[in-house]
Amino acid sequence: MNRRQLSLLAIVLAAACVLPFLVSEYRTFQFTLVLVYAIALLGLNMLTGYNGQISLGHGAFYAIGAYCAAILMDKYGVPYWATLPVAGAVCLFAGFLFGLPALRLEGLYLALATFALGVSLPQLLKYHHLEQWTGGVQGITITKPDAPAFLAELGITLNQDQWVYFFTLAVMVVMFVFGWNLLRGRIGRAMVAIRDNHVATEAMGVNNAMVKSLTFGVSAMYTGVAGALGAIAIQFVAPDSFNIFLSLTFLIGIVIGGLASIPGAIYGALFIQFVPNIADDISKAAPWAIFGLFLLAFVYAMPAGVAGAIRMALARLQRK
Amino acid sequence: MKPSFTKIATLLAAGLLSTTALAQKNYGPGVSDKEILVGHINPYSGPASAYGTIGRAIAAYFKKVNEEGGVNGRQINMVSYDDGYSPPKTVEMARKLVEQDKVLLIFQPLGTPPNTAIHKYMNAKKVPQLFVATGATKWNDPKKFPWTMGWQPNYQTEARIYAAHILKNKPNAKIAVLYQNDDYGKDYLEGFKAGLGAKAKTMIVKEASYEVTDPTVDSQMAQLQASGADTFFNITTPKFAAQAIRKAWDSGWKPVHYLNNVSASIGTTLRPAGLDKSVGLFTTQYLKDQNDKQWASDPAVVEWTAFMKKYYPEGNLVATENFYGWCVAQTMVQVIKQAGNNLTRENIMKQAASLKDFAPSCLLPGIKINTSASDFAPIESVRLAKFDGKDWVGFGEVMGK
Repeated sequence: MNRRQLSLLAIVLAAACVLPFLVSEYRTFQFTLVLVYAIALLGLNMLTGYNGQISLGHGAFYAIGAYCAAILMDKYGVPYWATLPVAGAVCLFAGFLFGLPALRLEGLYLALATFALGVSLPQLLKYHHLEQWTGGVQGITITKPDAPAFLAELGITLNQDQWVYFFTLAVMVVMFVFGWNLLRGRIGRAMVAIRDNHVATEAMGVNNAMVKSLTFGVSAMYTGVAGALGAIAIQFVAPDSFNIFLSLTFLIGIVIGGLASIPGAIYGALFIQFVPNIADDISKAAPWAIFGLFLLAFVYAMPAGVAGAIRMALARLQRK
Repeated sequence: MKPSFTKIATLLAAGLLSTTALAQKNYGPGVSDKEILVGHINPYSGPASAYGTIGRAIAAYFKKVNEEGGVNGRQINMVSYDDGYSPPKTVEMARKLVEQDKVLLIFQPLGTPPNTAIHKYMNAKKVPQLFVATGATKWNDPKKFPWTMGWQPNYQTEARIYAAHILKNKPNAKIAVLYQNDDYGKDYLEGFKAGLGAKAKTMIVKEASYEVTDPTVDSQMAQLQASGADTFFNITTPKFAAQAIRKAWDSGWKPVHYLNNVSASIGTTLRPAGLDKSVGLFTTQYLKDQNDKQWASDPAVVEWTAFMKKYYPEGNLVATENFYGWCVAQTMVQVIKQAGNNLTRENIMKQAASLKDFAPSCLLPGIKINTSASDFAPIESVRLAKFDGKDWVGFGEVMGK
C-alpha cells in the first residue's frame, strides 16, 4: 500500500468516526447496519469473488451468528462483546463442515446446496425442541448495550446508537485488516488460483480441498460475526428476519460492490442498505420494480461493480 | 454574522408567545394546526403481502376524512412504510418514523414478530404503538408496556367463548384439540383451558400439535379420532385447517367442529377443504362480513362499498382485509377526535385507553369497544357463527365482555 492510499484510508476512517456526530440517531443506526453488512459481504466475497464458489445461503450463517449472540446474551448473561468470538467460532466450524461435502459440488450445484441451507434454516429455528433456546417464532429480544463507563470518565458521552456504531466500526476495521492480510498472502493467492484454474493449482502443490473448505469456514465466520453485530444493533432476532431473501441480498451486494474487491464490500453494503429505501420512497406501488431498475442500471454502467468503476476512473485520472 | 439585539428580542418574544399558545393547544411531535402526522408500517411485499391491502384501505379512509375537512380541522397525513414482514426492517422503519419523520404515533404495524421487534423500542421512546394487527394476548399489558395496544379480539378471548359454548350445549363433551406448536397455538389453548376451568382436565381427552414445517396433519387427526372424542377444537392456520376439515369428514369422524377465527375465511380455507365438508363448522366473528348475504343491505356494508368505489376503486371488494382496514381506521380517527387540541403522545394513549362504548357500524351489532387504564384490549366480544355450506351464519348473543 503506498502513501497516497494510506492517507486516503486515514481520511475515510476519520470521516467514519465523525459521521455519527453529524447525523441523527436513526441515520447512525442505518450506518451501523452498513458496517455490519460490509463485514458479511467481505466474508461472502472471499468465497465467491476470490475463490469462485457461489453461495446462495449465507443468510443462514448470518442467522447462526445472530442467534449465538442473542442466546448467549439472553439465556446466559454473556456480555455483548464476548458473544462475537463465539459466534465467529461456531460459524467457522459450521462453515468448514458444510464446506467439506460441498467441495464435491461445483458451480451451480454448490449454489443449490447452499440455497437449501438458506431456505431450511429459518424453519429449523422454529423447531420445537430448540424452542427453549431460540424462542421459536417469537424470537428473542435483547437489550442494547450502553457505552462503557470508562468513556464517560474520560469525558466522552456517547448514546447507545453511537456506541454500537463505534463498536461495530472497530470490529470491522479489525476484520478488514485481517481479511486484507489473508487475501494478499499465500492463501489468498491460492484461493484466486483455484478460482482461475483448479487443475493447474493442484499441479502446483496446493491442497485444493483444504483451501476451499477453509475459505468456506472463514467466509462463514465473517458472516457470523456480522450476524452477531446485527443482532446487537437491532436488539431482536426471529426466524422471519433471516429468510432466503437475505442471502440473495448478500449476493447482490458483492456483485454490485465489486467481486474480489475489499472496498467493494463497503460499496455493496451501502447499496443493499439504502437503495431499497430509495426505491420505496420513489414508488410505494412497485418498490421492487424500481429496485430492479437500479440493479440493471448498476450492472450496465459498472460491469465490474462500483469498486471496478472507481478503479478505472482513478487509472484514467493518473494517465492524464 | 453577529445576531443583533432586535433579532434576539424578536426571537424571545416569539418564544414567549408560543408558550402562551401552548397553554391552549398542546402539541406533540408531528402535530400542527393544519396536520397530524401518523406513522404506519405494513407488509406491502414479502410473505405476508396479501395483507398489504389493509394499508391501502386505511390510507383511502384517511383521504376520505381529510376531504371532508379532517379531524378538528387538521388533516391526517399517514406516512406508510413497507417492512416486508421482516422484523429488522420493522425496527428500521419504526426508527425512521419516530426519529426522522417525527410522527405522533405508529398505527397498525402487522404481525406478531414485527411488533415484538419494536415493542421495547416504542415503549422506551414513549411513542404510541396503536391498534397492532395481531391477536396475541401480550399486547394487553399496560403495566409493563403502557405505549402498546392491540385491537382485534385476542386469541384467549376467542377460545374462552368456544369453551363457554361447549359447556352450555354439551357439558359432557369429550374434546380433542389440534394446535400449531407456537405462541399463537399455545395462546389459544391456554385461553380454552381457562374457559373450561376445572373441567378442562376431564373434558379434553386428547391434544395433538403440529409444526408449521409439517407437510400434513393426517397422523395427528388419526390420533385425535382414535381418542374417541366427539368435539374438536381446530387451532390451525388456513392450510392445515383445510387439511383437518377434510380429514375429519373423509375419515367419517364428523365431530362437533370449532374452527379458530384465524382460518375462518371461506376463500382460503373452506373452499380448498370442500364447502360440503365444512357444513356445521363453528367459528366466531366480530366484524360484519361484506360477503355475507345477511349484511348485503346493511348501512355499514353499503357505506363501505360506496367508500371503496370512490377512494380505493382498485381494491378488491371480496377481501375482508379491506373491510378490516376501514374499520380499524375509524377507531384511530375516534381517538384523535377525542384528543381534541391536546395532541400529545401522552394524551393519545390516554384517549386510546378511554374509549367508552365506541361502536363503529363495521362491528357486529352489540359489539362495543371499551378500554381503560388497566384494559388495553379494545374488542373483547365476538359472536358465534355456523357454516351452512355457503356462508357463515351468525347466531346467538354477542359473547365476551
